[in-house]
Amino acid sequence: MTPVATHTSAPTLVKGSRAARSTITLKILMAASGIVFIGFVLVHMYGNLKAFAGHDAFNEYAHHLRTFGEPILPYEGLLWIVRVGLIAALVVHVASAYALARRASTARTQKYAVKKNRSSSLSSRTMRWGGVTILVFLVWHLLNFTIGKINPSGGATNDPYNLMVDTFDLWWMTIIYLVAMLALGLHLHHGTWSALQTLGLTGTAAARTRAKTAGWVLAVVIAGGFSLVPLFVLLGVISK
Amino acid sequence: MKLTLNIWRQADAAATGEMRTYALDGVSEDMSFLEMLDVLNEQLNAKGEEPIAFDSDCREGICGTCGLMINGQAHGPEVTTTCQLHMRSFKDGDEITIEPWRADAFPVVKDLVVDRGAFDRIIQQGGFISANTGSAPEANSVPVPRDKALRSFNMATCIGCGACVAACPNGSASLFMGAKITHLGELPQGQPERDQRVVNMVGQHDHEGFGGCTNIGECAAACPKEIPLDVISQLNKDLRTALKHGH
Ligand code: HEM
Ligand code: SF4
Ligand code: FES
Repeated sequence: MTPVATHTSAPTLVKGSRAARSTITLKILMAASGIVFIGFVLVHMYGNLKAFAGHDAFNEYAHHLRTFGEPILPYEGLLWIVRVGLIAALVVHVASAYALARRASTARTQKYAVKKNRSSSLSSRTMRWGGVTILVFLVWHLLNFTIGKINPSGGATNDPYNLMVDTFDLWWMTIIYLVAMLALGLHLHHGTWSALQTLGLTGTAAARTRAKTAGWVLAVVIAGGFSLVPLFVLLGVISK
Repeated sequence: MKLTLNIWRQADAAATGEMRTYALDGVSEDMSFLEMLDVLNEQLNAKGEEPIAFDSDCREGICGTCGLMINGQAHGPEVTTTCQLHMRSFKDGDEITIEPWRADAFPVVKDLVVDRGAFDRIIQQGGFISANTGSAPEANSVPVPRDKALRSFNMATCIGCGACVAACPNGSASLFMGAKITHLGELPQGQPERDQRVVNMVGQHDHEGFGGCTNIGECAAACPKEIPLDVISQLNKDLRTALKHGH
């Protein structure tokens, strides 16, 4: 057996590298869009808790979102500004996630026969599938409450509070929402620290610990806060 | 002690390899992991079989030449290099799976030997400072604050072994680059080329086909020199700064 000469897939030195075209820039875009989402879900979660204040308070809040800023902004003006921003962030986030996932899959085409995880968290290893889960959930969620106003129990759809109670009165609907919140919680647990690291804000061991703690806090507060309303509807505490 | 070894055999870069199983008896727990492989190779030689090719040089944990995936862990179960791993970390009767580093940017040359030329090319793109030689300046003329000197020195202990890439689920070399960026970026001598360094090194890294970092952290856990994850934050920060400066 004579070994053949060393062959490498890319034996050249690249010229004219640009910072904007690097994988790190993709990550920075992902982090920035992820932080936009965190801001949104925090406010959204807070709004949902109005359900505990009863039918009128909840619907008034929903109405107020639409008339906010009037008459300077048109009806639903602020809502559309937020929607356009979120759609842009979603396109950036998903496109860069896809590009990075593809790179990762071509970076190691021959897999290990045995591979152990030494220190990585479950959440860090499930970002891609968790993200897809959130995306699929998002489609249903918008059909359910925003675009389609689908009432899975067949009732009226013109009253936001009642639509919500009808939805979560079905145990399997509540389960679907809770699974989605688990996915969101995992995504935020790793995503928060990862975003801070990607932005270069975790240059010491202490800063790293703080960023990981922030991930825990946001995951519990956001996923937990969202889960309260469906759970309490199912338990009959929040009712029509 | 007696071991069952599952080892990756591949005749050359173009061949398709396979795992093969070997039984090895009489292994002392005082042997290093590479000495254990030396014993196996002597037996293979005696039988007229092709010995198993693996890399090593210093065998004292400082050169970064050795590096094997041992039971799914880069450099095995301890925080050290493969050459400094000893058989006392294993038990009689153990089954040990040994594979080369797996990354398309590190193609297998033969058996357990991979070509890490990609690291050399990343270094060529910026892992240096430009200085006139021939007239050594007075060493104390450039003061370096103690904390910066210490951090720079600690990150300079990276030996370029590639365990970080091998352990990373994305096949990213961010920890390696971060170590170099931090080592040179903490020193006054590293400043003139700082923006260009990070852009060129990352450009080469991406060109070689390494994956993007998702901050999973398997790299730092596998690193025999305990390079911490902060260096990846530093790498990202330097790239962001270069972006702002229009590079
Ligand atoms: C819509 C579907 C989504 C998909 C497909 C998706 C996918 C991903 C993927 C693959 C990553 C990279 C994983 C990593 O860095 O380890 C990521 C990071 C992140 N995601 Fe998402 N995600 C989605 C929605 C969300 C939402 C709703 C939020 C916030 C509430 C969010 C916040 C973040 C954050 C903060 C990061 C960290 C960015 C970084 O690593 O620098 N994502 N996402
Ligand atoms: S950072 Fe650690 S694991 Fe990576 S090449 Fe350097 S010494 Fe090896
Ligand atoms: S042979 Fe030099 S570090 Fe292992």
